[in-house]
Amino acid sequence: MIADHLPALQVAIPLLAAGICAMLRRSVPAWALATATSLVAAAISAWLLARAASGGPISYRLGSWEPPWGIEYRVDEANALLLLLVAGIGAVVMPYARRSVAREIAEESHPWFYASYLLCLTGLLGMSITADAFNVFVFMEVASLSSYVLIALGRDRKALFAAYQYLILGTVGATFFIIGVGFLYVVTGTLNMVDLAARLATVEDVRPVVVGIAFLSVGLGLKLALFPLHYWLPNAYAYAPTVGTAFLAATATKVAIYLLLRFFFTVLGPSFPFAASPIPAIWIALSVAAIILASIAAIHQAGIKRMLAYSSVAQIGYITLGIGIGSEAGLTGAIVHLFNHAVMKGALFLLVGGAILRGGDMNIDALGGLARRMPATFAGIVIAGLSLIGVPGTVGFVGKWLLASAAIEQGQLWLAFAIVGASALAVVYVWRIVEAACFRPPSTEEFAEMPISMLMPAWILTALCIYFGLDTSLTVEVAGRAAALLIGGAAT
Amino acid sequence: MNPATLLLLMVAIPGASTIFIALSGAHPNRREAVTLIAAGLLFATVAALTLDSWGGDPISTAPWPILPGVELRLAIEPLGLLFGAVASLLWIVNSIYSIGYMRANREPRQTSFYVCFAASLAATMGIAFAANLATLFLFYEMLTLATYPLVVHKHNAEAIRAGRIYLAMLLGSSLVLFLSAVVWVYLLTGTGDFVSGGIVARVADAPTTGVLLALFVFGIGKAAVMPIHRWLPAAMVAPTPVSALLHAVAVVKAGVFSVLKVVVYVLGVDHLAEVGIGSWLVAVAGFTVLAASVIALFQNNLKRRLAYSTVSQLSYVVLAAGLLAPLSTVGAALHIAAHAFGKITLFFAAGAIYTAAHKTEVSELDGIGRRMPLTMAAFAVGAFSMIGLPPTAGFISKWYILAAAAEGGHSIVLAVLLLSTLLNAAYLLPPVYVAFFREGSGEMHGEAPAPIVVAQGLTAIGCIALFLFPAAALDLAWRIAGVVP
Amino acid sequence: MIDLTGTIEPVRAIHGGVVVLMVVGLYVLVARGNLIKKLIGLGVFQTSVYLLYIAPGKIAGGSPPIIADGIVTYSNPLPHVLILTAIVVGVATLALGLALVVRIHEEYGTIEEDEILDRDDPA
Repeated sequence: MIADHLPALQVAIPLLAAGICAMLRRSVPAWALATATSLVAAAISAWLLARAASGGPISYRLGSWEPPWGIEYRVDEANALLLLLVAGIGAVVMPYARRSVAREIAEESHPWFYASYLLCLTGLLGMSITADAFNVFVFMEVASLSSYVLIALGRDRKALFAAYQYLILGTVGATFFIIGVGFLYVVTGTLNMVDLAARLATVEDVRPVVVGIAFLSVGLGLKLALFPLHYWLPNAYAYAPTVGTAFLAATATKVAIYLLLRFFFTVLGPSFPFAASPIPAIWIALSVAAIILASIAAIHQAGIKRMLAYSSVAQIGYITLGIGIGSEAGLTGAIVHLFNHAVMKGALFLLVGGAILRGGDMNIDALGGLARRMPATFAGIVIAGLSLIGVPGTVGFVGKWLLASAAIEQGQLWLAFAIVGASALAVVYVWRIVEAACFRPPSTEEFAEMPISMLMPAWILTALCIYFGLDTSLTVEVAGRAAALLIGGAAT
Repeated sequence: MNPATLLLLMVAIPGASTIFIALSGAHPNRREAVTLIAAGLLFATVAALTLDSWGGDPISTAPWPILPGVELRLAIEPLGLLFGAVASLLWIVNSIYSIGYMRANREPRQTSFYVCFAASLAATMGIAFAANLATLFLFYEMLTLATYPLVVHKHNAEAIRAGRIYLAMLLGSSLVLFLSAVVWVYLLTGTGDFVSGGIVARVADAPTTGVLLALFVFGIGKAAVMPIHRWLPAAMVAPTPVSALLHAVAVVKAGVFSVLKVVVYVLGVDHLAEVGIGSWLVAVAGFTVLAASVIALFQNNLKRRLAYSTVSQLSYVVLAAGLLAPLSTVGAALHIAAHAFGKITLFFAAGAIYTAAHKTEVSELDGIGRRMPLTMAAFAVGAFSMIGLPPTAGFISKWYILAAAAEGGHSIVLAVLLLSTLLNAAYLLPPVYVAFFREGSGEMHGEAPAPIVVAQGLTAIGCIALFLFPAAALDLAWRIAGVVP
Repeated sequence: MIDLTGTIEPVRAIHGGVVVLMVVGLYVLVARGNLIKKLIGLGVFQTSVYLLYIAPGKIAGGSPPIIADGIVTYSNPLPHVLILTAIVVGVATLALGLALVVRIHEEYGTIEEDEILDRDDPA
């Protein structure tokens, strides 16, 4: 009974909770509500993934309207994995939030913070689950507007300007996206993704479609911070409250990447084969530039969160590179790295957030003596940092292995070199943290770990960095089937 | 006990000992006892396995898949057994030495020292018994990371700088070149398992094999083939026990061991001979042998001189592997063991001199042999083994390599080996000479603390014992070459 | 069943207007340093998209989509509905943007981009 409505509840519950949360006036109830909601959402997503994995795609008709007239929610293994990722990160981050938010945000704004978080969760889950192109836009704006608020709540006044910049660029991106959708709509008369795919195959005048694809790519490129459209990201991540950064870094760009996959492969794939278009070449060039240039930029950052943000741009480059390679192996690598990067970057931002909480400063120098002051935090940073480098036994290695072998499989040995070679750059920026933490004199006299409620979530993600590095049955298998699904076209 | 369980214990014993060492950090005696017990247990396990594997049945653990087609697995193979036995035996001796050295020099952060040391041994054992490339690569990287804290142990500017070189060269080369080669092999063959005769023979043509070989040789930076050798002298800032066991035995041997494994079990000796690219490897290695020896001549710092000697000696093994003959493979395997005993003795002696007399430079050694006769005697034995003089182990391994070169008609290789022997003598005998035959400055100090003297005595005896009773090592070495005696 | 997705006729004149508005909006967005003017540019840019969507909803000879006897051709109402949503989103974005500008003005005492950057990192 109720199980049939879970796809709708996946989105509806956080939405409802956001409304209630906004009406609360006290911090703790708002936090409790947000945490409970996140856990429920995670449970639903896990259930959906299990169902989609065993019983094939789930189609849900919102308000019982038949597609393509009504909005359809469609869950297959590709987006079920993403739902689990988004909701799961939310569920891990929320327990951390209470102490962290208490330190970073004024008391009276707490309910707003949690309400914004829940709205953002709603938007991201909605973007992932819906099969309606316009509905994607609506959820995208729900997620974006709430994330601007999340960022603007940061302690530093720079957060305000970062949020403003993100608002401008984010809105431009979303608008480009909707222009692209508009072109597709004009030529097909439908917004349902499956229906779009079917009708595009019969379109004779392809010019509007090509223009639409261009707008779509740029719009989503802005949202996912594809180099050189990443301008908004470093400041936004650097000045947002820690919880906001961790959540957004782990999820927001990932959902945009998923949409890109959906449009390129499911919607356009059957009629406009991705591999035959000029897009992959451009995509690969931009991705390699992202991997190398953003890694170099990361090395030169003084602020630790900014450094991690640039590292995100580089890591996104890995993911888009997998998409650019375009083969099933490439897509599998991209999806796995998408998942894995979310886990390791989430862990890093949470751990670093704890270190900043104690050190009181965002500069790398402020990490001095961290190895002795906060050994558990430091150990976590090292493990997550090694994942970022791609050391075997960690999640980062799995993604890089898959991507490198996809590149070699296509006969592009130099791409494989770029993929593994940029690891050397990652060594440099990760080791700046390690050296500061080990060899610099302590920046503060406070020798204390972060509170256990913060340490636990951070370490759960850290442990997952190892777990998914050694047991890839969940990630690689699901990603492999998702890639096959995307390339094969969800229409069939 | 089930042999497969023994195999797992090999990594698990040193791995688990890190926890116990860390927990007993407040009690130095207990901490060091744990280290010694772990070392003893580890060697006993290796010994038990050695006896077990004599039956000839292949022993392997259950595979642990990490990616489709890629799995982690440990297995026994003669070369690994030889390497594992040497490393674990020397860990016992080295632990005794460490206790004397670390206490006498009042080194800071001793708990972290012992923890990282045990972790390094765990990684070394993993390398020795890796059944495929993925497992080898995993433990290879773990070894780099576990030894990094030991290199920067002093936490001063010099150590940090050395640590950067160490990491940049080892991680850089392995993550870029080695990893590419590993991924490529998996893609070509669908497996990375070590199989006698190699696995790429049927799928890789000559150019591909050549590129792969280059990626492996330069990617396995721990083998210190020039120009990827700079990390080794840099690592000498570490405390002497680290230089002795890790940077003369475990880490560098892991490098040449990996090269040997790749040549014998992945690329295949016959396949390499067929496509005719062994000479390239011989040339690179031969150059390294000579160049590193020449550089060693001009090093006044004793540990740096020994480090360059190591670079040179490692390339003996690579060179022998490149000769692609059964006889040379035997020589390469033996040299791994022979050099291990010889070089650890030399480092032990260098550390003893530093501990007792606080001297680090060759030019300061005048007359020191009279005050520290045992130390300098051990040093002399080690030096003889490096040069390849009887009655030391170095003689046997060098003999086999020379024989292989002669048999194959490689006159240039013969010349390189003879020249390098002269160079070895030129940079290792002067310290011995000045120590015994020159007048000292008359400082008052005696031998180093007892654990140090005992340890270096044991390894020096090992050098000689390996010459007198080489049967077991030879037997293993012939099995590697695929010839059952 | 009513075919709401029937023949759609592109209206070239409107498309011309769309392009002009789009470019004007983006130009203002990029070229102006004043944060409010940027938001105005953003608004203009978004408005162009509203037009882009609504224009194809008009079917030549179609009547408003209310079912009545004798009428076979209806205009497509879906774009209107979509754009209604988009307008709401646009208003919300604008409101949030203006609110941010107010907060920025409180903190920095200016709403000029270059001055804000100057105040954070005085050269």
